[in-house]
Amino acid sequence: MSRMTIDDLRRVLVECAGEADGEALTADRQDRDFEEFGYDSLALMETAARIEAEYGVRVPEERMAELRTPREVLDLVNDALVRTS
Amino acid sequence: MNRRVVITGIGVRTPGANGTKEFLDLLTAGRTATRRISFFDPSAYRSRVAGEVDFAPEHEGLSPLEVRRMDRAAQLAVVCAGEAVADSGLEFEDFDPTRVGVSLGSAVASATSLEQEYLVLSDSGRNWLVDHTNLSPHMFDYLVPSAMPAEVAWTVGAEGPVTMVSNGCTSGIDSVGHGCQLIREGSADVVLAGASDTPITPIVVACFDAIKATTPNNDDPEHASRPFDRTRTGFVLAEGAAVFVLEEHERARRRGARVYAEISGYATRCNAYHMTGLKTDGRELAEAVTVALDEARIDPTAIDYINAHGSGTKQNDRHETAAYKRSLGEHARRTPISSIKSMVGHSLGAIGSIEIAACALAMVNDVVPPTANLRVPDPECDLDYVPLTARQKRLDSVLTVGSGFGGFQSAMVLRRTGGSR
Amino acid sequence: MSEGVYVTGIGLLAPNGSGLEQHWAATLAGRSGIATLSRFDVSRYPVRLAGQVDDFDAARHLPSRLLPQTDISTQLALVAADWALADAEIDEGFFADYDTGVVTSNATGGFEFTHREFRKLWTRGSAAVSVYESFAWFYAVNTGQISIRNQFRGPSSALVAEQAGGLDAIGHARRTIRRGTPMVVTGGVDSALDPWGWVAQIASGRLSTATDAHRAYRPFDVDACGYVPGEGGAILVLETASAAAARGARQVYGEIAGYATTFDPPPGSPRPPGLRRAAESALADAGLTPDQVDVVFADASGVPELDRAEAAAISGLFGPFAVPVTAPKALTGRMYSGGGPVDVADALLSIRDGVIPPTPGTAEVPEDYRIDLVRGVPRHHEVTTALVLARGRWGFNSAVVVRAVPGPRTPAPRRPRQPQERT
Repeated sequence: MSRMTIDDLRRVLVECAGEADGEALTADRQDRDFEEFGYDSLALMETAARIEAEYGVRVPEERMAELRTPREVLDLVNDALVRTS
Repeated sequence: MNRRVVITGIGVRTPGANGTKEFLDLLTAGRTATRRISFFDPSAYRSRVAGEVDFAPEHEGLSPLEVRRMDRAAQLAVVCAGEAVADSGLEFEDFDPTRVGVSLGSAVASATSLEQEYLVLSDSGRNWLVDHTNLSPHMFDYLVPSAMPAEVAWTVGAEGPVTMVSNGCTSGIDSVGHGCQLIREGSADVVLAGASDTPITPIVVACFDAIKATTPNNDDPEHASRPFDRTRTGFVLAEGAAVFVLEEHERARRRGARVYAEISGYATRCNAYHMTGLKTDGRELAEAVTVALDEARIDPTAIDYINAHGSGTKQNDRHETAAYKRSLGEHARRTPISSIKSMVGHSLGAIGSIEIAACALAMVNDVVPPTANLRVPDPECDLDYVPLTARQKRLDSVLTVGSGFGGFQSAMVLRRTGGSR
Repeated sequence: MSEGVYVTGIGLLAPNGSGLEQHWAATLAGRSGIATLSRFDVSRYPVRLAGQVDDFDAARHLPSRLLPQTDISTQLALVAADWALADAEIDEGFFADYDTGVVTSNATGGFEFTHREFRKLWTRGSAAVSVYESFAWFYAVNTGQISIRNQFRGPSSALVAEQAGGLDAIGHARRTIRRGTPMVVTGGVDSALDPWGWVAQIASGRLSTATDAHRAYRPFDVDACGYVPGEGGAILVLETASAAAARGARQVYGEIAGYATTFDPPPGSPRPPGLRRAAESALADAGLTPDQVDVVFADASGVPELDRAEAAAISGLFGPFAVPVTAPKALTGRMYSGGGPVDVADALLSIRDGVIPPTPGTAEVPEDYRIDLVRGVPRHHEVTTALVLARGRWGFNSAVVVRAVPGPRTPAPRRPRQPQERT
């Protein structure tokens, strides 16, 4: 499985929870808090489940609660992908 | 018009208790009735514990046709309705049927039968275009859940207002509140009011798994439901039902009926915040409590016991604690508060009615049911949650509350009626 | 004596028109929204006609955030509520906090949504089930979502009584207002046009198997052969007369003057069915006598024995051929909880425009029904008071009386207006 990019994450988020409020999620905004994009905990739970299904990366529940920004999600997913490949 | 509403009959089925006597025993003993799910193999699910009712419809006086026709939730409701009527001593033959109503609550209604039918029609999910040639004639009864209050109405021949109140997890308070309104406004003299839910079926277990609202604590099913305890990890899904005979007070008095309690105040509000989330301040639940107390014309300090929503999610327990402080002030600290969900789990739309039954029985017996499994207090929930052991206490005025998805927040006040017991 | 409860806004999406005026124009012109169901390949099923809201693109009307978490029935309900509030010109902040409630009826929940989740569960396992399933399916979903979207915190509820439930919601909204909440948004919207919802409706045994869209649902006709199901419904803004006056409401469609609901005796009972009693009680509640009613919007099941029973109730209460009876729902199909509120909207527009829409398609009514069914073309006729009837399977009967409000009439037909969008 290839790396997850910010575009991949944006697509999954839109599928799971709709477009971001205000500015779109792009690489230069990946350190912003999910809250700034209008994504709540439900949106992130749905997204985590979708990532798990698509990428085979399990996001532990305790970790998920701590993930605040797109970069943190990408790091977690891509680290896991590197480890399993 | 100043019509008052009293409870003159109770029928109840909960995990670990069939009927009011067993239910009172369970509440008084602080016994838990949650267990590993036995209705299907739960191995693949995150939460594998539940409160299941030991219920065999064919031994409850239901005909084979009724058993086939009715979803399990309807079966429980019908059996509870029969018990409530018998308990009330009302002879429905002597009654004008047009003055008898039904107000039944349920959150997920016929989920069990829907899932069974789905597996047949879709070949275990394989076909999106489901098969119509193998269709149960009762499939429509499961699609539209008002079949349930209809079944209850038929048990007594009710021809007054009949409805289903489906407000998610506050359905069981709101259906009884709705029944009270029908009597107060003069639309009915007697209402069979209550609620039933039987959600122990894979789709419902899975949907609460997804949102991580139910407990993943599967190692110790009997102690899995831990409202207000620091080690709580979510609620324990359950099933059950309770149905009441609600009666206009004067009529009940004239016929010398035994009165459990008066329903003297009821209110519901919405938080307009989030379909599943709660704000920490408890503002809207507090408002519902305040309005219910106003309707009952009692001061917050008159409340002798609070039957809490106490679902055992961190979010709820803190929200609720804040709501009591906000609505009762200092009296919140002096009032025993307990969650019977610690014993019978959370039966979604049914639990509100089951908790009203618990309140009525508690009042008649002057006993405060405990919060079972509460061993490690949560410092953020700093009220008196009556851990582990029931207490004797005279109960003249009792508050019960509910909170649910969709933002519904409901409160009801029950009062002892003078001299009629 | 309680003060009047007025209808000051209507939002409506029906198979023959999205938007109140679009639907009304189609209804008067006899334009039907019934066609072959197009959401999936319906050819294998014995019933193929449905009333679909075809021109509906939820993404045009609702925030993107709401789309993944809502069934089409909830999307329709949210848009109907938006349009009703825009129509009433309720300014944000006029009603404070707990002064607004939401009472909706629902019959099938978010059924297409839940069908997809059942399928995911049984083909891909429990981890595939959406976090939204827990509330996108349940019957309170429309009440909850409307409450959240509009910040309505007052007493709110969801009622189920199959096709009668929409009128029960309106009746309960009126009760809620009389108990002290000055404004309540109410009505009903349903949709279950996915394959499983479709098959479940077929199980009712009451659907028309006819294949000609114009002849499939002909209530009260000698050749009536069942009903065609539809999707959609209406949301109404109800408020007290004094609130409407205080905020200078730009229009009052009419008053919810009476409401009652009854239940039929158990199957096999020799006692009479309850529809006539519901109508009588609703009229008594409104302080009216039958001769003061200008039109009856019938439940119009399309199932011959049910049509006959309803005709008997109407002719028994009003006298033979004594009152115009109509069923414009033949153009939309039966919309379950949406049916009653759409009929109430049509009744209010009959009052506004002095015209009774016809029952299209129905040609010959059995003489012994003894009802004056408005057929063919609209009947121009002053309407001050209308009675709306609805029955729900298993024995539910509900009736609502709407009445013109005294004083200045509602403004004459306004130009059909594209409802305002807000997202």
